[in-house]
Amino acid sequence: MATEAHAAEGATGYIIHHLTSLHVGEGFWTLHLDTLFFSAVLGGLFVWFFKRAAEKATAGVPGLIQNFAEMLIEFVDTQVKDSFHGHSKLIAPLALTIFCWIFLWNFMDLFPVDILPLIGSAMGIEYLRVVPSTDLNATFAMSISVFCLIIFYSIKIKGPWGFAKELMFQPFGPWLLPFNLLLKLVEEIAKPISLALRLFGNLYAGELIFILIALLPWYLQPVLSFPWAIFHILIITLQAFIFMVLTIVYLSMAHEDH
Amino acid sequence: MSINATLIGQMITFALLVWFTMKYIWPPLFDSLEQRKKKIADGLAAAERGQEEMHLAEKKAKGVLKEAKEQSSDIVNLAQKRANEIVEASKDTAKKEGERLILVAKAQIEQEKQQAKESLRKEVSALALQAAEQILSAEIDKTKHQDLLNKISNQLG
Repeated sequence: MATEAHAAEGATGYIIHHLTSLHVGEGFWTLHLDTLFFSAVLGGLFVWFFKRAAEKATAGVPGLIQNFAEMLIEFVDTQVKDSFHGHSKLIAPLALTIFCWIFLWNFMDLFPVDILPLIGSAMGIEYLRVVPSTDLNATFAMSISVFCLIIFYSIKIKGPWGFAKELMFQPFGPWLLPFNLLLKLVEEIAKPISLALRLFGNLYAGELIFILIALLPWYLQPVLSFPWAIFHILIITLQAFIFMVLTIVYLSMAHEDH
Repeated sequence: MSINATLIGQMITFALLVWFTMKYIWPPLFDSLEQRKKKIADGLAAAERGQEEMHLAEKKAKGVLKEAKEQSSDIVNLAQKRANEIVEASKDTAKKEGERLILVAKAQIEQEKQQAKESLRKEVSALALQAAEQILSAEIDKTKHQDLLNKISNQLG
């Protein structure tokens, strides 16, 4: 259990403690230091690994690291080629970053729920949420970035007028313009919201279940947390994959000129 | 839980990561993949070409071998023929030589026979003459009957 003080507040206190971020600031200008820190560290890990592979990349016999990196690259490239038919230097690296970064975020969920907060409390840090994807800020940051790219490419490929026309005259023709506009706006805005909430919801729920399991007597914990962890391996990969594929699909839709 | 400035920080981090991946990670890895693909394709093509060449060489070698076999059998045939000819020729010459020898021998024999005959006749005629002389010496004058005697001796000869 986390700390003596919160253990005294019972199960609810324990759960709330686990779901509270380490934060500084007030109101909107609050910063979740743990989210920022862990996502930056994981991003650094991703960049470090791939940079090493990229530096040693040869067309000859690949090493272990290069092999693994190439496997991921080919996997992402296949996904991109399957759904995106235009030509873009951005989409494939973007998809790779999204997949790996989200996967690493989600992977933090597989660490025992108490271990990192325990280390943190030993170092004098009172609150610690280690899974960035259970923070709405992290998931929304990513989906809003993707949304900006969608808007940017829509305008770039179709032109401002072309994009506006698509918003106004589709799918029901110019006579139902307000209705079209409303429908299209909802459709566009639903994209980042669904992306962010799907990832957040899945991981938040998963984390919550880990916390609930951690509240059970010790002899029951392995029986439940082991299958849940195995199931979670599927979930974290799947969520990263879904986020990546949907990003590719949304961006390819932005590239399609009707 | 609430949305706050963390969002902005995360967006900046995300943008940096995407930029870095785009600039330094994706291109070299993807290039090496493409290059390897090309290398493998080239290697496969080269292997195929090599195999084709080998097939061709095999065909050629077979042709050369066949030709050599034919040539050698021709040579053997020719040699056999030549040997037969030589044997035939030597047989022929041997036969001829033999015949010639036989003829020579026959001629010699004939000659000797003639000589023998001649000498025999001479002897016989001499004997006969002697005998006749002895028989006739009493009655026949040698000088008187010389012609007759010569005649007989000629007839015997």
